[in-house]
Amino acid sequence: MGNISKQDRRTFIKSSVIGSGGLILGFQWLSSCNLDDPATMKVMKDLPSEWIDFNAFLKIGDTGLVTIMSPNPEIGQNIKTSMPMIVAEELDVDWFDVLVEQAPLNTVWYTRQVAGGSQSIRQGWESLRKAGATAKEMLVNAAANRWGIDVSECQVSKGIITNAKGESLSYGELASEAALLEIPSEVKLKNPKEFNIIGKSQSNVDLKGILTGRPLFGLDTYKKGMVYACVMRPPAFGDSLKSYDDTESKSINGVIEIFQFGDKIAVLATSTWQAMKAKNLLKATWESKEKYEDSEYHSLTLTKYTNKLSDKPRRSDGDVIEAFEESEEIFERSYESPFLPHNCMEPMNFYAHVTEDKAELLGPIQTPEWTEGRVAALLGLEKEKIHIQMTRMGGGFGRRLYGDFVLEAAEISKLSGKAVQLVFSREDDMLAGTYRPASKYKFKVGIKNNTLHAYSLAEACFNGEMFGQMPSNFPCGAIDNYRVDCHPIESNITTGAWRAPYANFLAYAEQSFFDELSHHLSKDPVDFRLELLEKAMIDAENKSLSYEPQRMIDVIKLAAEKSNWYKPKSDVNLGFSSYYSHNTYVAEVAEVVLVDGNPKIQKVYCAVDCGIVINPTGALNQIEGGIIDGIGHAMFGDFSFENGKSKSSNFHQYRMIRMKDTPDIEVYFIENQIDPTGLGEPGLPPAGGAIANALAAITGKRMYTQPFIKSLGLQD
Amino acid sequence: MALYNLIVNGKNHSIDVDSDTPLLWVLRDSLHLVGTKYGCGIAQCGACTIHLDGASIRSCSYPISELEKGQKITTIEGLSENATHALQQAWQEHDVPQCGYCQAGQIMNAASFLKDYPNPKDSEIDAAMNGNLCRCGTYLRIKKAIKTAAKNM
Repeated sequence: MGNISKQDRRTFIKSSVIGSGGLILGFQWLSSCNLDDPATMKVMKDLPSEWIDFNAFLKIGDTGLVTIMSPNPEIGQNIKTSMPMIVAEELDVDWFDVLVEQAPLNTVWYTRQVAGGSQSIRQGWESLRKAGATAKEMLVNAAANRWGIDVSECQVSKGIITNAKGESLSYGELASEAALLEIPSEVKLKNPKEFNIIGKSQSNVDLKGILTGRPLFGLDTYKKGMVYACVMRPPAFGDSLKSYDDTESKSINGVIEIFQFGDKIAVLATSTWQAMKAKNLLKATWESKEKYEDSEYHSLTLTKYTNKLSDKPRRSDGDVIEAFEESEEIFERSYESPFLPHNCMEPMNFYAHVTEDKAELLGPIQTPEWTEGRVAALLGLEKEKIHIQMTRMGGGFGRRLYGDFVLEAAEISKLSGKAVQLVFSREDDMLAGTYRPASKYKFKVGIKNNTLHAYSLAEACFNGEMFGQMPSNFPCGAIDNYRVDCHPIESNITTGAWRAPYANFLAYAEQSFFDELSHHLSKDPVDFRLELLEKAMIDAENKSLSYEPQRMIDVIKLAAEKSNWYKPKSDVNLGFSSYYSHNTYVAEVAEVVLVDGNPKIQKVYCAVDCGIVINPTGALNQIEGGIIDGIGHAMFGDFSFENGKSKSSNFHQYRMIRMKDTPDIEVYFIENQIDPTGLGEPGLPPAGGAIANALAAITGKRMYTQPFIKSLGLQD
Repeated sequence: MALYNLIVNGKNHSIDVDSDTPLLWVLRDSLHLVGTKYGCGIAQCGACTIHLDGASIRSCSYPISELEKGQKITTIEGLSENATHALQQAWQEHDVPQCGYCQAGQIMNAASFLKDYPNPKDSEIDAAMNGNLCRCGTYLRIKKAIKTAAKNM
C-alpha cells in the first residue's frame, strides 16, 4: 500500500495531547457494567491503570484493553460498531478486548464526521485501516527492539506478539514504549483473506445500554442547572409572528421565562411537561407574508413542468428529439409523490450552554462540522470556542443533517443566559419539518424495431433537483438517444434530504416504468433489464457512466435465482426492481398474494453488492430496515398541505408501517473483495418499485402516485 | 403542585409535581429514569410503554393523579437485574436494534404480552405489537426475539 498521506499524519497525535478526557469517559462506561458477570460483560481483561494514546482513533491500556474512537455520528446505521471493527482488524486484537467511544467533533483529528449519504464506511475505510495498522506496526517495532530481532521474526495474533523462541509480549506490556516510537511513513495492510473480525457478525456495541434504558440519546441529556425549552413556531409556511399573549402560559407552575426570537416564541420551564403545557397555552397572532401553498397547487405545478424540456439538459446523448420523430411508437408515463416528513422516533432536540466566551453543545446531529460553523456565525464566536459532542440518535433519515434545532438551542441559551435542553414535541417535529420534497417524473421512450430508440426523463421537484445529481445512472449508456431534464421549483416549504435522497422516489418511478414498458414490449421484466445492461456494457468505459453494468447484472441474476423468478409458485405474483444508489447495487423481488381478496406483500428477496461486508448482522439489519422503510412510505406515506400547513401533526394522522404490514425478507450479499460501500440507504430505493410491480401483477392496477394505499382504494 | 408517592422498580419515591403530569415526564424529568421514551405524547407510538402492576400502559398519556395507592410501576430499568429478562436476552441474541430508541417500549409491551400469551402465534404477536412503531423497521427481528423469548421463558 502507498504512503500515509499528510492528512493522515496530521491525525496521529502523541500520547499526551488527548489527555485524560477519554480516560474518564472510559471509566464511566465501565462503571455502568457488571464486571463480575462475563455473560453480560463484553470486556474480559482487567481495567488498565494507564491508557496510552496512539492516534486519534485508538488508545491501548496497560492491561491490553483497547479503546477505539468511533468518529462518525451514530443514527442507527451501526457505524459505531462497524467503523471500530475496521480499526481492530488491522490492529490485530481480540474484539472482546475492545471498548468503543463516540468521538466528539474534532476537525483536526478526523475528516468527514458526517452521518449521511451512506458514506461513512466507504470514505472511512482506508484511514480506519491505516490507524489500526500503524499502531500495530509500532507495537511490533517495540517488541523487536526489546528482543533485539528483526520485525520479520515477530508474529502477531490477537494483541500478542511472539518470536521464534516462543517468547511473547502483549500490546498492554508494549504500549507505553511503542507509542514513543517513530510513526511509520507507510504501513502494510492485511489481505482481505486474512480478516478475522471483518466479515463476522458483532452485535451493536450499545446493545446492552439500549436494552437497559441507559441515557444514550440526546433527549436523555440531563445536566445540573439546565432548564427545558419548547418553542412555538409559525403554524403555516408563509406565516410571521405579529403579536402574542403569554398571560395564561405564565400561570403554569415551573415556567421561568417566555420570550420572542425572530418569528418564534421560546418557553423555558423546569420540566419538559411544564414547558410543553405553557407553550400550548400561548395565544399568538400570525400574519401571512408569503403565499400559502397547498397540495393541489403542488400537483398542478409539478405536472406543468414535467411537460416541458429545460434549457439545459443534465445529460444529453445522441439526438433525442430527432430519435422520437424516427420512432414507430411513443410510450410515456408519469409518477408523482408527496412531501414526506422524516418522523425520527426521537423528536428533534439539543442541549446548549452558551456563555460569553464559549458554547457547549450536546445532542443528536448528523453534521456536527457544518453545524459548528453555523453556530459560530450565529453567536459571533470563533469555531474553536464551539464544542459539539454527538449523542446516539433516535433515527436521522436526513432530518438531523439540518441543525436548525441546534441553532435554536444555542440562540435560546444565549438570550436566556441559561443551559437549555430544547425539546420538539411530536407536533413540532412533524409541522416544522425539512421534508422530502414533492416531485414528479415523466418518462418517455421512442420504440423502433421493438427496442428503445429514444429516452427522455423530465423531473419536477420543489426546492431542488433529484436526478440532476446523477444523470449518468441507469439506463444511461443503454439507449443511444438519452436525455434528462430537471425543473427545480421554488417553494417556501422547507425541504431537504430524506433517506436515499434523489433515489428514494425516482427508483420506484423508474422501475415501475420499465416494468410496464417490458410488458408493453412483451418482454420479461428481468430479461429486458439484462438486455439493456448488456447494451450498456458495450464500450462502457467510454460512456462516463456512474455505475458498473456488470455488478448490476450480477445482483439482478442472483435476486432472480433466489426468488424463483422464472418459475414462481402458482398462488403468488412477483414484482422486480433494481437500483444502484450510494455506491451499492441492489436488486429486489417482491412476492404478493391475495388474502381475503386484498393484496398482501408476503416476502421480499434481495441481492446486494456492497463489496466487502464488514459486519453481517448489521448489514442485514440495514437492508431489512431499508426495504421495510421503502415499502412503508410507498404504501402509506400520505402528507398533504392546506393553506401552507400540513394536514398531519402526529402519528394518529400519519400512517407508518407496522409489524403486521412487514413481509419476510431474504437477503443475499455478493461475495467479493471490492472495497466496501455503505448500506444505510441503498436497500430502500428498489423496494417501492418491487412492490408496485408485484401489486400491478396481482391487481392489474399500476401505481402512478404514492401512497399506493390510495391507488388500491384500501382503507388501512 | 402536589405530593405523590410512587413505587418505581421496587423503590419508593415522593414527588412534587402538577397533578396532570404524565408518568412519562415524572420518570424522565423527576426521577431521571430516561429509558422510557417520548415519541408522540398521544399514545400512538408505544415508545413510552411501562408496566403498571404488570400491565402495559402508555406513560405519556397517564397522569400521575390517576395512580392508585400501592400501584407498582416497572420501567425498562427495572425489568430485570442486568438485562437478564428472557426478552432482553433474546434481543441480544438477535441483535435487534438499529437506532434503538423505540426498543425499550417494544420490550415492555412484549413482556406483558408474553405473560398472557406464553406460546404466541404470529398473528397474536402482530396484534399485540401493532401499537409499537419502529421507524428503522426492525419488526422482523423484534418478532423473532419475542418467539425466542417465549421458548426460553
